[in-house]
Amino acid sequence: MSDFPDDLKYAATHEWLRLEEDGTVTMGISDHAQELLGDIVFIELPEEGKVVDAKQEISVVESVKAASDIYAPISGEIIAVNEDLADAPETVNSAPYTDGWICRILPSNPAELEELLDADTYAGMCE
Amino acid sequence: MGKRTALYTKHVDAGARLVDFGGWDMPIQYDSLINEHHAVRQHAGVFDVSHMTIVDVKGSQAENWLRYLLANDVARLKENGDALYSGMLNEQAGVIDDLIVYRMAWGFRLVVNCGTREKDLAWMNKQVAGYDVELTERPDLAILAVQGPAALNIVMDLLNSKGASAEAVQIGSLKNFSGAEFGSWFIARTGYTGENGVEIMLPDSEAPGIWDELLAAGVKPIGLGARDTLRLEAGMNLYGHDMDETVSPLSANMGWTIAWEPADRDFVGRAVLENQREAFKRGELPKLSGLIMEDRGVLREGLRVQCTFSDGSVKDGIITSGTFSPTLKHGIALARIPSGSQDAVVDRCEVDIRGKLIPVRLVKPGFVRLGKKVFV
Repeated sequence: MSDFPDDLKYAATHEWLRLEEDGTVTMGISDHAQELLGDIVFIELPEEGKVVDAKQEISVVESVKAASDIYAPISGEIIAVNEDLADAPETVNSAPYTDGWICRILPSNPAELEELLDADTYAGMCE
Repeated sequence: MGKRTALYTKHVDAGARLVDFGGWDMPIQYDSLINEHHAVRQHAGVFDVSHMTIVDVKGSQAENWLRYLLANDVARLKENGDALYSGMLNEQAGVIDDLIVYRMAWGFRLVVNCGTREKDLAWMNKQVAGYDVELTERPDLAILAVQGPAALNIVMDLLNSKGASAEAVQIGSLKNFSGAEFGSWFIARTGYTGENGVEIMLPDSEAPGIWDELLAAGVKPIGLGARDTLRLEAGMNLYGHDMDETVSPLSANMGWTIAWEPADRDFVGRAVLENQREAFKRGELPKLSGLIMEDRGVLREGLRVQCTFSDGSVKDGIITSGTFSPTLKHGIALARIPSGSQDAVVDRCEVDIRGKLIPVRLVKPGFVRLGKKVFV
């Protein structure tokens, strides 16, 4: 069974977000998404410093079987990227909510966070 | 619900993720495609390939008929159990299917793809008119492919444990691409992984028990996902991807499977193929080549391959099968590469991945054999 931590928000496109104390948002892909993809072998990482709109494509996660686009769940500036994933993309499989984070975004419109899904709603979607 | 092999419940028990594959519910993977891949390269894995179609060919003209039906020549099969890989071509020399044919004491056995079953059977039934040949499909048989460096010893141990020690000795002494029939079982040194191993054809009713014994002996169940990465590392074609009825076998790296001699053997597609052979020698036909991408990323079927030739001209090829090689840890692919004009040769190739041109290297098809990298 996939894991859906309660303290996170989710997008219907299978990204998770965590609002940090400093107002930035950390994001990655959900446990459910990594299970569906299977062994992840390559991540085209987002570009640090890039200003993105909500739902804009920012990254591509590739498993042996498939390539999957990753979208920015909210608008803002990408202020940090998890460079460790370049050498160890499989971390997204083993720790999707912790060491497998993909990037951090400084939101330009924090109200967008309200439009995202809570854990129960997202888990229901994944059934 | 799709068709189910005799091992369906075994797959469910082993935690398989099942997908529709040519109308069959088949395991795509059990725990991890990459772990399954490594298990075959390093120890032993078992694949349920019972969805493939077995056709037994009997009758006084079985050999003559197959010499006409297939581009390879079954007269090359000297001993019972010997195996041959061949294309089955149409009159335009397009590939209807690729298959393995075994010589048996009572005739021949063909193993064809599951996705092409209907058209293959229709074609064979049409071609067989006028021959004293009887075709019998064998849906009552399961096929287990046991592959990997430890596979042969494990199968020999299994036979010994059943008191079949003479059979175990015989299996141990088989040459690659040969097999032996024991009652309703047929065991051959064939496979689709580039490793040593056997394929076992046996009655459906006996397959689940053997499956359990193999797993108990440390053989890992392998899904279709790893079957694809293993065959691609081995540089083996997949029907419907690397070749089909629109492609000359010469442009699908199947030239080696065509028996041109004896020159007076007529086979379906030969006349057209003779012309293609001349065109191919003149460098006028595309070629199936291996691709290596050492930059990070994954090569995928359908990606454009931009080829720059020594005369400055640029032409596009296409990836027919691509993946990430778990053994080599980089992208590999088979690609149809266009021919250059006159004496021009390919100077460099790049693959268009999401609009970026990534350099790739052309090599002969075939990347990993017996666990080791084979290209330079």
